[in-house]
Amino acid sequence: MNDKIKMELQCPMPKFDFDVITMGHGSGGLLTHRLLKSGVFDILKNEWLDQQHDGAILDMKGKIAFSSDSYVVSPIFFPGGNIGDLAINGTVNDLAMCGANAEYLSLSFIIEEGLLMKELWQILLTIKKAAEKAGVVVVTGDTKVVEKGKGDKIFINTSGIGHVHPKASIHHNRIKEGDVIIVSGNIASHGIAIMSVREGLEFETTIVTDSKPLNHMVTSLLEKFGENIKFLRDATRGGIASVMNEVAEITSLGIYLDQKQIPIEEQVDGACEMLGLDPLYVANEGVFICIVDHETANEALHLLNSIDEYKNASIIGHVTAENKGKVIMKSKVGGNRMVNFLPGEQLPRIC
Amino acid sequence: MKYLSEYRDPMLVEDFLNEIHKITNQPWTLMEICGGQTHSLVKNGIPALLPDKITLVHGPGCPVCVTSIGIIDEAIFLAQQPDVILCSFGDMLRVPGSQKSLLEVKAQGADVRIMYSPLEAVKLAEENPNKQVVFFAVGFETTAPANALSVVLAAQSNLENYSILASHVLVPPAMEAILSDESNKIDAFLAAGHVCTIMGLDEYYPIAQKYQCPIVVTGFEPVDLLQGILMAVKQLENGEFKVENQYARSVMPQGNLIAQKTILQVFEVNDRVWRGIGNIPQSGYDVRNDFKKYNAREKFNIDIIPAEENKECISGDIMKGLKKPKQCPNFGTKCKPEHPLGAPMVSSEGACAAYYHYAQN
Repeated sequence: MNDKIKMELQCPMPKFDFDVITMGHGSGGLLTHRLLKSGVFDILKNEWLDQQHDGAILDMKGKIAFSSDSYVVSPIFFPGGNIGDLAINGTVNDLAMCGANAEYLSLSFIIEEGLLMKELWQILLTIKKAAEKAGVVVVTGDTKVVEKGKGDKIFINTSGIGHVHPKASIHHNRIKEGDVIIVSGNIASHGIAIMSVREGLEFETTIVTDSKPLNHMVTSLLEKFGENIKFLRDATRGGIASVMNEVAEITSLGIYLDQKQIPIEEQVDGACEMLGLDPLYVANEGVFICIVDHETANEALHLLNSIDEYKNASIIGHVTAENKGKVIMKSKVGGNRMVNFLPGEQLPRIC
Repeated sequence: MKYLSEYRDPMLVEDFLNEIHKITNQPWTLMEICGGQTHSLVKNGIPALLPDKITLVHGPGCPVCVTSIGIIDEAIFLAQQPDVILCSFGDMLRVPGSQKSLLEVKAQGADVRIMYSPLEAVKLAEENPNKQVVFFAVGFETTAPANALSVVLAAQSNLENYSILASHVLVPPAMEAILSDESNKIDAFLAAGHVCTIMGLDEYYPIAQKYQCPIVVTGFEPVDLLQGILMAVKQLENGEFKVENQYARSVMPQGNLIAQKTILQVFEVNDRVWRGIGNIPQSGYDVRNDFKKYNAREKFNIDIIPAEENKECISGDIMKGLKKPKQCPNFGTKCKPEHPLGAPMVSSEGACAAYYHYAQN
């Protein structure tokens, strides 16, 4: 872990038998039992985990959304967060994009032998905090340990379920010509925060991840605008360019973006320039694209901007009948360019 | 952002565009040398904003594109050797060799690492005394000083496990090769600002004189490029052929003398095969004999069968300005970034990649 990232332990770590995770912690025996009891159940304590059952029994009626995601980020600690809050927010946000509010999560770890116990502890504390912020409960999970070299410190899988908002009607087939595209905040911060640790880059102020739960904002939007919110998608891997291409492809409509309106923090923009990366393709963990009808756009933007975390939300373009299946962007200097799917990983250039 | 936003100012862009439209009377073909310039032009949609009479063709200044297939195969061979860590700039990884790319051998288990600077590779060698660290030293005059410095530093520390696979190419001999081809249509060059930041302007005066061709050393932002185009068109319309420096905020007439000294300490000028173009005399740098223990070609017995380039790729014609990417019958069909026939489709500075990713029509 990068020494520059301070660990802020909110509560003291219980005494474990080892300073590091060993194969024994995944054996199902005493070490597993102690780790789960002191490390997981006590921290995330709730009525379902207290039962220490093989699964959780839930009483749910109505329309339910279900989503799952795995988290393999490296490094596991980065400015503004760690793999723990990413794993909670990621699945919460995937559900939010379906118009659902996450209620219950599963949480599974695949830990590489040798992970420091204090790192796992820090991740668990972050998970607890992130779950509280999102208003979601971890009700079941699993822990496996793999031999050194067969993992990358820790992988996490979370799956979640939650009720779909009664007013939600989110589907790409509702997108029509003239609809307006809103981005919920500054783009590319998460990807650059990770890169800054990977590459040892330093900036005047630290660039931190944008990871956050989007469910509360989505609920507010659905509450107020209902079915006028036509489409939601969080712009994670592949950035906003990939989301826009997916929309153009699946709807066979055109997307026209205005580069001047795409919000990005100056330092993030500078880092992208330096690293030879296009911010449109850089990952976000707390930014979503919202497509609304023309009449709703300004009011929806106003609602977003009224909350500090979304104050940089912006109308970045609209849906057109021209250039079907393509994303075209008006550059800052006025020329048009195409924005394509990324054909693989973004690789830094030579000069 | 300081030194960036000023050069992307839409008002200045408009002013330069208006001026270019005003003074252009005859048809002119301009070649920007550097792939970074090509990408900036296409990414900002500038070609469509220029007068119809101005044609931009895209030069050979993409180090990834011009690195010969033989050298890619050498890098792949080295990456596959036991206990070798092959370090490379990122966008070399996708370039196809005769059989596969570095990205593919990495996926098959070779230790291939992306670096931003060769000095990181020297550090890696210090930290891993039981491994042989090889840096894939590609690039034009721009990256040569840092690559040379890595060898100087390795020599100072007496590192036994660091070497470079040098594949440097030089701009002026390539310009001459292009201009001496009778089928060339180039009226003026926008020379590469960063290359001239290192090397200065001296090498360009004889070329401008001999071929009566204006050369404007130009930067990479929209305002730079438009100002460079304006300066070149002005000369052409006036029948002049001077060397001018648009990128004066970075380029000194004499260049960076310390960098030049470091280059010459480690490298010597040699003939070089350019992918798609062929052999150009005195157009590359190789490691001098004094530093041969840091030359991967001397250190390892590189055993590969010379391979031929894919004949379906017309990258040579594109980099000589004879054709545009979309004139290639395989563009966007048989040749795509995910299965390229040649390097210009996968390099972040390649002309084909610029058209594939950004050009609307």
